[in-house]
Formats: sequence, C-alpha cells, structure tokens
Amino acid sequence: MPVSDLAILAISIRPIDIAVFGSQALVAATPLTLAALGGVMSERSGVVNIALEGIMLTGAFVGYAVAFLSHNLWLGIIAAVLAGTLIAAIHAVLAISFIVDQIVSGTVINILAVGITGVFYRTYLESQSVAGPGTLPTWDIPYLSGIPVVGQILFQNAFVTYAMLALVLIVYLVIFRTTWGLRTRACGEHPQAAETAGINVYFVRYVNVLASGALAGLGGAYFSLQQIGNFLPGMTGGRGFIGLAAMIFGRWNPIGALLASLLFTASDQVASRAIAFGVHVPAQFLGMIPYLLTIVVVAGAVGRAMAPAADGKPYRKS
Amino acid sequence: MSSLWNRVPTWVVTIVVIPVASVALGFGVAAIAILANGVDPIQAYTALFQGAVTNNNAIPETLVSSVPYILLGLGVALGFRAGLFNIGAEGQFYIGALAGVFVAYSLHGLPPVIEVGASLIAAMAAGFVYAGIAGLLKALTGAHEVITTIMLNYVAFLIVNYLVTTPGLMLDPQTKTPRTPYIDINATLPIIFPGSRLHAGILLALVAIPVVWFLIERTTLGFQLRAVGYNAGASRAAGISVARATVLAMGISGALAATAGIVQTLGVQHDMSPAVAAGYGFDAIAVALLARSNPWAILPAALLFGALHNGASFMQLQTQVSADLISIVQASVIVFVAAPDIIRWLLRLRSHQVTRVAITQREGAGV
Repeated sequence: MPVSDLAILAISIRPIDIAVFGSQALVAATPLTLAALGGVMSERSGVVNIALEGIMLTGAFVGYAVAFLSHNLWLGIIAAVLAGTLIAAIHAVLAISFIVDQIVSGTVINILAVGITGVFYRTYLESQSVAGPGTLPTWDIPYLSGIPVVGQILFQNAFVTYAMLALVLIVYLVIFRTTWGLRTRACGEHPQAAETAGINVYFVRYVNVLASGALAGLGGAYFSLQQIGNFLPGMTGGRGFIGLAAMIFGRWNPIGALLASLLFTASDQVASRAIAFGVHVPAQFLGMIPYLLTIVVVAGAVGRAMAPAADGKPYRKS
Repeated sequence: MSSLWNRVPTWVVTIVVIPVASVALGFGVAAIAILANGVDPIQAYTALFQGAVTNNNAIPETLVSSVPYILLGLGVALGFRAGLFNIGAEGQFYIGALAGVFVAYSLHGLPPVIEVGASLIAAMAAGFVYAGIAGLLKALTGAHEVITTIMLNYVAFLIVNYLVTTPGLMLDPQTKTPRTPYIDINATLPIIFPGSRLHAGILLALVAIPVVWFLIERTTLGFQLRAVGYNAGASRAAGISVARATVLAMGISGALAATAGIVQTLGVQHDMSPAVAAGYGFDAIAVALLARSNPWAILPAALLFGALHNGASFMQLQTQVSADLISIVQASVIVFVAAPDIIRWLLRLRSHQVTRVAITQREGAGV
C-alpha cells in the first residue's frame, strides 16, 4: 500500500470512526472468542479440539432451524448450545473412551457437520419462502451505553456478544480460580498424577469437552441468529479454526483468547477500511488477511506457545 | 459363529473385515439421516447404486470421479505414513490446477506428450511448494500442519479467484464468465473409452499407485518418512533429518494432490473457473483412512468414494436427498475405521485381531 494512501487513512480517523471500528471488531470477534474459549476448556483438560469448526456449523444450523420453527430466537440460542454439546459428545466418546486419534476424531465431527447441516438444510429449509426468525435485538445498557466510544463499543450489543464477554470472565475464573479448574489443568498437564491424587481424569475431560461444545455451539448461533438471521451451508467459513489459532496466540488463556480474536478482526477491519479509502488492493488479498495472520500466529512468530503438557495425548487408566 | 471369527487371521481382519464392516455401518448411520428426511433409505440407496453402477454410462463416470480420489488419497496416505495430517489437499489441488492450466493454455502446437508433461510438471512443482510451506513451518517452528494447511486452503481459493477473475491475468479476454482460456487441444488428456468422459488420467492414477508404494516401501527416503512417522525422536537420534523428511513428505503429498487437480482439468474441465470448496480434502482423508494408508488399498477406497459421489447426484435428483449425505457416510466410515473397538465388539472379534490406527501421535501435538 503506497505511503500517501496510508497518510490519507491516518488523517481521516475520527472518534466516531474509532467507536464504529471498535464495535465492529468486537462483534466480529464474538464467534472467534467463543470457539477459542471452547478450545481453552477442552485443551486445558488435555483434549485437542479441532472439531470447533463443525460444532459451530452445527450450532448455527440447529439454532436457526429451531428459531425458524418456533418463531423464538431464544429457543434457537438454547438449541444451538445443546446441539453443540451433543455433537461434542461424539468427539468426547471417540477421543476419550475409544482413544481415537484426537485429530481424526475432530475431523470426523467437521465432516459430519457438513453432511448433517447440508442434508437437513436442503430438505427442510432451502425452499422455505416464509420470513425467517430475524436477528437478535441490540440491547443498549442504560447509562453505560451513553459513554462516548467505550459505551458504543461495549454496551450497545446483542445477546451473543454480551454472553461472550461474560463467558471470557467466567471461563477465566473457572480455569484459574476454582477447584474444577485446578483439576482440569492437572488432567491437561499430567493425567497420571491427577489420577493418583484421586481425580477422575475421564470425567474431567468429558465435562470439559462437552463445555467446549456448548461454547462453540453458542458461537455458531452468532452466525445464524445474530449476524444475518439465516443459515447458509458452510457459513462458519473456517472461523472455528481461526478461533483455535486465537486460543494458541492467547496462550490457552481466556483473556488472551479474546485479545487475540480482537487482533484478527481488527486487522480485517483495517483492511476493509483501506478499500473504502481508495487503497487499491484486490478484495481477495484482503480476504486472505485473517488466514495468513493465523498461519503467522500458529508458526509462533510471537514466541513459542506452550500447550498443556498432555494436550492431545490419550489417557489410558493402567 | 464366534469361534469361526476367531480363526480369521489378523491381516484379513485389518484389510477386509474392518473396512467392509465400516462401510456397511457407515451406510447404516446415513440411512438414519435419510429416514429423518422423510425418504425411504432403500429407495435412496437404490438410486445411489443406479447412479454409480447400473445407469447408462455410470461406470465410466464413476471411474472419472475416482481418478482425483486415487491421487488425492495417495497424497494424504503418504503424509500419514510420515506422521503428517495433510488436510490441505483441496488447496493443493487448486494450486496445482492453476499452475498446470496456465501452462496448458499458454502452449500451442507442441506434441501432446510435451504439453501434457509440461503442464503436469508445473502443477506438481506448484503443489510441492504450496504444501511444502506447511511442512517447512512445521519443521522450523512446530506449527501444526492441520491448522496451517486448512488456512492455506482458504488462501488458495482466494488466489485462484483473484487470478481467474482479473482481466490481464488469467481471465479469458473472450468471455464474460469468469474462467481461464481453454487449454490447448494438444494438452487435453485423450478419451480412452469412446462415448464417455473417461480420460487417460485414470492410467496416470493407476501408475501412481505402484510408484508411491515403491517410494514409501522400497527407497531410503520412504524408509526415513516411515521412521519419522513412527517415532520422530528415535529417528532424529538415528541421524535422520526430521525437518527434511517433514518438508519432503508434505511436498510430495502436495504434489500428488496437485496432480489430481491438473488431471481433472486436462481430462474433464479443460479450463478453470473460480474455486468452490468441493470437499476434496476431507474426501481424500476418508479415502486414505479407509485404505489404512496402504497405497494398493487406495484403489478400492477411491473407487468406492468415486462411486458414492457419482451416485449421489443421481440420488439427489431422484429422491431430493442432498448429495451432502456422502459426508455423513464418510464421517461414519472414518469413525469405524479409526475406532475398530466398536466393530470388534459388534462382531465379537478378539482384541489381538484388531490393530489401531495412530496417525498424529508425534511429539509436540499442541494444536
């Protein structure tokens, strides 16, 4: 990008732009962060979860289908969370009980999600001409939403974004401040020692994988119920994998995951804004930015990330 | 019954009983999905079978569909043997097709052997380099290839779409639809079964099977790849360069996927349109897993998935069940192949008859 274009870009930024920019980055970071939080729960207990993409797609579909049939967006949200949990249970059974390679098991979920959502979408939703259930309303938090810039960014959002912000804090507290979190981390670092200390490793891993499914399922609901109010096949477009990269970049820490997700979406925003300001970069190159950034991050350009020691290793009770 | 099963040797269980049972169970699981869509599974599967085998021209079409699966499956299987999980076959497929099609429409009037050969070499080189990026990142930084290859898939789509839709680059100036110029007549793969679309690419795919087998089982490089896949730490201690093996395995895997892409282009498409995610990467994984990464077994596995895909469009036409159903069959098949304990329990096999599939248990999982 030529220097003159950058200068134009820099001069034309105003507070209102910052608010809009921040708000859009936060909203776009919602599904990434939820997927990353799911990754944190699962991987802190020692189960690699590349199924997040498929879980989100399932959540997006089931959430939309239930909202469509019941004319109730909130039932859709609940259904998305349950569907995410349910399909994550397959990953849990295969990876934990049947000791299937965790990458294979995750891939199975991703393929299965494409199949199930594709088949049921075609049969039941594709040809529907009835109006959809709409999108989740924006809630302005009284008083707080009036704060300049910060209020516009943080307190004028819809449900899934608020839930994401709350869940970042909740998952952080659960992982680092509760007995459950201590047990989870023990299972992820040294399952044999955890078992010796009387922790049921299987149980802890099961619960964490199911929780990661619930989180990613909610992330899926963002696409169909908050963003566009419709379901499209493959609509998650790799966001689950980017969320996984955000988890790595955020060093398996919920707050780090949020910040990493924001970095991804903010860079995306910068790129699309550059176009609006007349910077001549083909749209396809801008579209590559989140994916290339993910590669850079996973390649550890920011220092080697430390995964939980037993992450990805099946546990066999001896 | 039980005592009869127990006399079946382990290798028969591994390469016949488990795969066949997995496929059968996969159809069973998908039948539930068909029922849930209000269609009679028997009717749907009949249509699937007709579309794949008995319809007019169905068998040549099934073979046409199988060609990319053979090459893609070989690529992913080679990666598996080196302990690498290449989910990026789809991106490598498109990058290979892109480089190959450029050569194929740029050349004119040269002998077919030269034009096809040059196009193949360009495609394989592009696929090698593109997949090699993921291998290099893994070797240098430990970046997990599952994430990098998936990201490279999305990047590949965008590269293809940019080049194919931009005037002055690869967009055909004579057309309004976004596509490259048609390839030169001498670069097309000849039809080998008159009246069908079955092209010479199938011969190439069939030759690739023993070549890949020889590479894996009978060469020093192949030995090193297998050693690294089996135990990277011990291989390093034994003096094998794990980094070199990783980059080469990924690169060759990508070159095979790229060959699939260019063979499909020279044999069937004859030009290139913007890329759409066709699920080739996942298909290739299913083929390789079903074949337990054995190059010879890739052939029946690829024929099966070629038949499924060919039959699926007829099934969708006849019964309105989406062709995406194949993904459910694939996912279920992988589950049963990867978790043989389920089949062992169903068929009351003894545990020593069943061997597990381990693929990515290399050091430094950390996805």
